[in-house]
Amino acid sequence: MNIFLILTVLVLIAIAIWQITKIFELSQPKKVNTQVADDSDNNLNGKLMFAFLIFIYGITIFSFWAYGDVLLPQAASEHGSEYDTLMWISFGIIFFVQTITQALLHYFSYKYRGEKGKKALFYADNDKLEMIWTIIPVITLAGLILYGLYTWTDIMTVEENEEALVVELYAQQFNWKARYAGEDGVLGDANVRFLQDFDGRNLVGIDATDPNGFDDVVVQELHLPVGREVIFKMRSQDVLHSAYMPHFRAQMNCVPGMITEFAFTPNKTTEEMRQDEDIVAKVKKINKLRVEKSKELIAQGDTALDPYEFDFLLLCNKICGASHYNMQMKIIVETEKEFEEWMSSQQTFAEVIQ
Amino acid sequence: MSTAAAHIEEDHGHHHKETFVTKYVFSQDHKMISKQYLITGLFMGIIGIAMSLLFRLQLAWPEQSFGVFEVLLGKWAPEGVMDPNVYLALVTIHGTIMVFFVLTAGLSGTFSNLLIPLQIGARDMASGLLNMISFWLFFLSSVIMVLSLFVEAGPAAAGWTIYPPLSALPQAQPGSGMGMTLWLVSMAIFIASSLLGSLNYIVTVINLRTKGMSMTRLPLTIWAFFVTAIIGVVSFPVLLSAALLLIMDRSFGTSFFLSDIFIQGEVLHYQGGSPVLYEHLFWFLGHPEVYIVLLPALGITSEIIATHARKPIFGYRAMVASILAIAFLSTIVWGHHMFISGMNPFLGSVFTFTTLLIAIPSAVKAFNYITTLWKGNLQLNPAMLFSIGLVSTFITGGLTGIILGDSTLDINVHDTYFVVAHFHLVMGISALYGLFAGVYHWFPKMFGRMMNKNLGYIHFWVTAVCAYGVFFPMHFIGMAGLPRRYYTNTAFPYFDDLADINVLITVFALIAGAAQLVFLYNFIHSMFYGKETEQNPWRSNTLEWTAPIEHFHGNWEGEIPHVHRWAYDYSKPGHEEDFVPQHIPLKKGEEELQH
Repeated sequence: MNIFLILTVLVLIAIAIWQITKIFELSQPKKVNTQVADDSDNNLNGKLMFAFLIFIYGITIFSFWAYGDVLLPQAASEHGSEYDTLMWISFGIIFFVQTITQALLHYFSYKYRGEKGKKALFYADNDKLEMIWTIIPVITLAGLILYGLYTWTDIMTVEENEEALVVELYAQQFNWKARYAGEDGVLGDANVRFLQDFDGRNLVGIDATDPNGFDDVVVQELHLPVGREVIFKMRSQDVLHSAYMPHFRAQMNCVPGMITEFAFTPNKTTEEMRQDEDIVAKVKKINKLRVEKSKELIAQGDTALDPYEFDFLLLCNKICGASHYNMQMKIIVETEKEFEEWMSSQQTFAEVIQ
Repeated sequence: MSTAAAHIEEDHGHHHKETFVTKYVFSQDHKMISKQYLITGLFMGIIGIAMSLLFRLQLAWPEQSFGVFEVLLGKWAPEGVMDPNVYLALVTIHGTIMVFFVLTAGLSGTFSNLLIPLQIGARDMASGLLNMISFWLFFLSSVIMVLSLFVEAGPAAAGWTIYPPLSALPQAQPGSGMGMTLWLVSMAIFIASSLLGSLNYIVTVINLRTKGMSMTRLPLTIWAFFVTAIIGVVSFPVLLSAALLLIMDRSFGTSFFLSDIFIQGEVLHYQGGSPVLYEHLFWFLGHPEVYIVLLPALGITSEIIATHARKPIFGYRAMVASILAIAFLSTIVWGHHMFISGMNPFLGSVFTFTTLLIAIPSAVKAFNYITTLWKGNLQLNPAMLFSIGLVSTFITGGLTGIILGDSTLDINVHDTYFVVAHFHLVMGISALYGLFAGVYHWFPKMFGRMMNKNLGYIHFWVTAVCAYGVFFPMHFIGMAGLPRRYYTNTAFPYFDDLADINVLITVFALIAGAAQLVFLYNFIHSMFYGKETEQNPWRSNTLEWTAPIEHFHGNWEGEIPHVHRWAYDYSKPGHEEDFVPQHIPLKKGEEELQH
């Protein structure tokens, strides 16, 4: 299907180029060719400008039709809907402006295509017009800025509170680890200097002299309870990384030498997401593609791909080296009860270093 | 008038005997230097674009074997499969070459050099020697950058922003060894070149304008080059300092950008530095750089749209004001690249505010271009098509800036393909269109011959369709959450449904690449066999077209023309022709527009 599509596009473009060249040649009768556009060039290119407007609209409509379903994955955090509203408002505005301005630009290019003997209008200034198209963007942007700043402050203000779950996200080339604060709710001090203690069992460099660290739990799979605020403290041991969790509308860089923060409240469990209509459709589509791909692979003597099941993503989104493209961790959002059960089955730092 | 100009004025008339070396190699003539910039820039452009096609192949058909990889990448593509480190090296060098070597030096260097003396009515730049040194430093930095591709462990691969610690530690990736050292040396020399060039442009525009060429009669091209040079002088030194500090961290054990690092089983000694500091320093240039690339293209477009629409540019004063506003704002928005870098969120609010303000002068410019077309008599030459194309991509790409400049919305699209789509359209493609428009328009001035228009039309239309074909769908995969700089997306089955979009994008990219060959052929062929030009083929008002077709040092035989009007008296009532060049005195009773 893909190959057929590509071939069709290629053939169409080749034909288009061939035809355009032919038209250009035919439209220039045997006369002195100055290489300056004449009436027939203006006429043809003016019309092509109009066609190009249709092309821009076409590719926009086509993209929304074919790929609209991948835009902004389902939000699964409390501020997600806030984020999405702002996004769609902004999108609406730029979509409107794009449609109008591209129409004017290309329509004028077509409508006023040059003709010998015609004279352009000598029209150099109009303060009123300039005023109008300064003031309108000012008002629109003022609105967007205020709305944006309000949302930004709301999302980025991290307040320590008793209820919240404190989790350290720890980045290294090329994987993630997470550390939970344990029963005391306080993460023990940590530094890369301690990484070599206890024969490498001290995975994130916890300071063994700090009693707050004894009940910390270090894991390689991130579990979060639904409906409870999670405050992430992010660290990196080597280069810059970025913890990107698209479904939670969350992203923050992990910077060696400092601790960065981001907080959100997950409001859908992994199970709930897997039941979501759009996700079901997406997973179905992906699995169909994977089955097709597997057939090819088997024909080549390779192993088939595993079927895909939805999981929340944590990706690295700051270039960090060769395996940057595969630096990921599974996130599981579950009920408070499931979370507690899972947590109690984990080893604390004190147990690990014994 | 400065002594340099007076000196040249005296000299002129009795031509120096020029040897091949002083005329074609170590020339101090701005027109020759401009051609040298253009040809070096185009050569670098070929490398930069070819690299993008290589990594596009990898993105569309990940980890498949291609003969072309084996041939071009050799040991870095065992059995024709691209290595992930090479992928990162390719995107890094593609970005570096396109931003600095093609769109800064190739665009600004070419046209500032060609047009500043010719359009303001000067015999040459204020200092021909500095100008020559500026070019040869650029050439040297290009040579070093190209040489870095042949280093044993590969060239720099930390992204064109080369954030430490990745770029600082050879343990972090192979490209951070010798390749990164050469990258830094090359860029340091490049910055020196750019500073010498910019200072020269500023001094020339301020001091060497011909009689009557007041600042309010300057063509918009000159305004754009002038302001661009100022931004360059203000911001490039900051990048130089960042590069120097990074060199110190890399080679002399300082800790400006590094702290608490454990890598390859070893705790490093660095203490107290911060990568965020580097980000600040980098983007203090990095963002103005966008406008260093874009403003000259917008200046060129202003000139070309007015000339080929046979109509005055609409709102000259507003155009100048918006160039100044953009330039000022461009220096206080760098933080929008760092919303999620870990800096204080309050700073994020401030940068959101300043960033979105830039949309205002940008909108004014776009509307003024559109109004200039209204009721014009558009001569749709290739240069004009590229200029209109520029306005189109400038709008499409600029509008998504409203999303990325908003700190809140940036959270989820930061560093995704949405960003790639945005900046390629708004500064990559737009500035490239500006470069092409400039070449088609001033080719007769540079080489005394015309480029073939039909090949130009094919070049434009194929490129225009492909530019949208490549970058429009990228907005969608970016919004879907696909990060940039991923060697392959197959590690995340979640993105499997985006694979066919990547194939489509690559197909468009390959066609666009092929279309540039049409341009290259046209360029080289026309240089030698193109139709010989008339003196003023586009019937333009600006002074460069009053200079003879044949080039010689000093530009004009006899006296430099005086200027009596602004550059945009096209289709002015009361005149027979639809253009009135700047050196034509006002008729009796003719009113000059007041600016």
